[in-house]
Amino acid sequence: MQYFLELSCSGLVRGSIYALIALGYTMVYGIIQLINFAHGEVYMIGAFIALIVSGVLTIYGFSGFSILILAALIAAVYAAAYGYTLEKIAYRPLRNAPRLSPLISAIGMSLFLQNYVLLAQTPDFLPFPSLIPDFDFMEPIAHIMGSAELVILVTSAITMIALTVLIKYTRIGKAMRATQQDMTMARLVGVNVDNVISMTFVIGSVLAAIGGVLVGSYIGQINFYIGFMAGVKAFTAAVLGGIGNIPGAALGALVLGLAESYAAGYVSSAYEDVFAFGVLVLILILRPAGLLGKAVKQKV
Amino acid sequence: MRKSVIKKLVMVALLSLVVPVTGFAADTIKIGIAGPHTGDLAPYGIPTKEAVEMIAAEVNAAGGVLGKQIEVLPMDDQCKPEIATNAATKLVSQGVNLVIGHVCSGATKAALGIYNEAKIIAISPSATNPPLTQSGEYPNFYRTIAPDDDQGKLAANFVADKLGAKKIAIIHDKGDYGKGFADFAQQFIEAGGKAKVVLFEGVTPGAMDYSAVVQKIRKEGADAVIFGGYHPEASKLVAQMNKKRMKIPFVGPDGIKGDGFLEIAGADAEGVYATGPMDVTSLDVNKKARADYVKKYGKEPGTFFDQGYAAMQSALNAIKVAGGTDYAALEKALKSSYVDTAVGKIKFDKKGDAEGVGFSVFQVKGGKFVELK
Repeated sequence: MQYFLELSCSGLVRGSIYALIALGYTMVYGIIQLINFAHGEVYMIGAFIALIVSGVLTIYGFSGFSILILAALIAAVYAAAYGYTLEKIAYRPLRNAPRLSPLISAIGMSLFLQNYVLLAQTPDFLPFPSLIPDFDFMEPIAHIMGSAELVILVTSAITMIALTVLIKYTRIGKAMRATQQDMTMARLVGVNVDNVISMTFVIGSVLAAIGGVLVGSYIGQINFYIGFMAGVKAFTAAVLGGIGNIPGAALGALVLGLAESYAAGYVSSAYEDVFAFGVLVLILILRPAGLLGKAVKQKV
Repeated sequence: MRKSVIKKLVMVALLSLVVPVTGFAADTIKIGIAGPHTGDLAPYGIPTKEAVEMIAAEVNAAGGVLGKQIEVLPMDDQCKPEIATNAATKLVSQGVNLVIGHVCSGATKAALGIYNEAKIIAISPSATNPPLTQSGEYPNFYRTIAPDDDQGKLAANFVADKLGAKKIAIIHDKGDYGKGFADFAQQFIEAGGKAKVVLFEGVTPGAMDYSAVVQKIRKEGADAVIFGGYHPEASKLVAQMNKKRMKIPFVGPDGIKGDGFLEIAGADAEGVYATGPMDVTSLDVNKKARADYVKKYGKEPGTFFDQGYAAMQSALNAIKVAGGTDYAALEKALKSSYVDTAVGKIKFDKKGDAEGVGFSVFQVKGGKFVELK
């Protein structure tokens, strides 16, 4: 039983990181039907910015938690700028092109950003300071769930609630929903669709950057390539939950994280990816639109 | 380009048939040096050739061995088994008394049968393939380098004997290097019978975290972890073991014994064990050999220089002790008499592996790897 709890905990932690990244995929897909393959790289860049910022702040004598929050904020701002620019130079010019063109452009941006960081920083792994302090009250159950894991779970829960509120109750949220339903109609009633799309990229990038900072301080190392695998997994989670559907992405991410953790714990960690993608195949056979996705008839 | 290379090779082959004839007249001790002296693997063969030639020149200047001059016969095998058999046949026909070589395991294996039939001893500085000695097929084979499985054996014995662990978890990264090490470690733990392997599992390099595996190690009640792989995964594992409050010894191969691991794992690295090649640069013999080399060639010696130097030293010692080049006497001398070489004080065990060379266990103490004596 304790073993099951331990595995569930590590699965939930992994799942909530996937969720933070998956939300960006699903929001962008929901609005412009584009799979933004460069999204994983935004997550990686967020982690790098946080590493640089925390290095600087440590020199200035800041400590633990304040560094984490400041680093996350600055990383989020930077990542937002990257997301915004990405959309502006790589996707907006191709808005009316055939759907494959922005997809290729996305893959190109992903490779570009990876190699940019590879050249500008280093191909080696870099140590990431453990910014999340050990809380005393977590010590009795540290072997099941540590402080870092608690912070990850709480942060991603708060972030997701904030996102839900933003989309349900604010003007920009309403505009986003309108654009998602029908871009032309939204434009006709006076929604600035270009701004809404930019906003979507910005929000997605902020979420990814938060994920990057959390992962960095949780596992203690980053390199230019971490975005690739995380991006693939998060994309899988988004598809699992029904791509374009926001609660679906979160649910899909948690299912994926738990499936990987149970597979590693009860079968073999050598095959955790096999199980993760096995779950994906199974769900897509049973529910082709994903867990929460609605089957949409193709407009002809 | 290619044609001219072939032409040159043919000429070299022809010349090498002509030149040694003059050597037959004098009463000398003939030592063959076989290995890659041309081609892309030449950097592995040349340092041994230079080491042997250096010692030979030195000994000849001092009057030779048992009153005889040493004649060195280099023979190129390019690390290719088919060329190695030719090289071996040629050396045998030139009447060599002993061979230093070959360098690559595959080439060595191909040549050894020929030397064995001719009752010629071969001492390799670098062929690490375990069956070369362990199969017992080549009683004429010796080496001054530790075999591939030595590291796994050392880790297994260290964990079972020195640390006294009873239940051992073996984790690897599914790669050739990591899984190879893990396989050998498992094999030797099971053969030793003192401890049990409770978990043998691969992890995916680059996975987000390894906390599920760490929990599994705890569930199996392991009291030590042996890890096969490189430093990124190792640092992730030790960091997460610490986060999960698991305080059991962690032993890795030489893939983690470096600054990369210390830097990334940081404070979590403290107390971690790693096996790695013994530090021989502090030995007097080694210092002298390297200084001589730098004086003669004006650069630092290359790969397998120490081992090649040691191979020639043990060969000469054996000839001195045996009082000649008789096969049985040489064999007895190699296996019984210790000699101070550039890789330490060694003699050979009954299978032909050098005792006293190879790997030691290191531990991270105060942010540095320290050799455990």
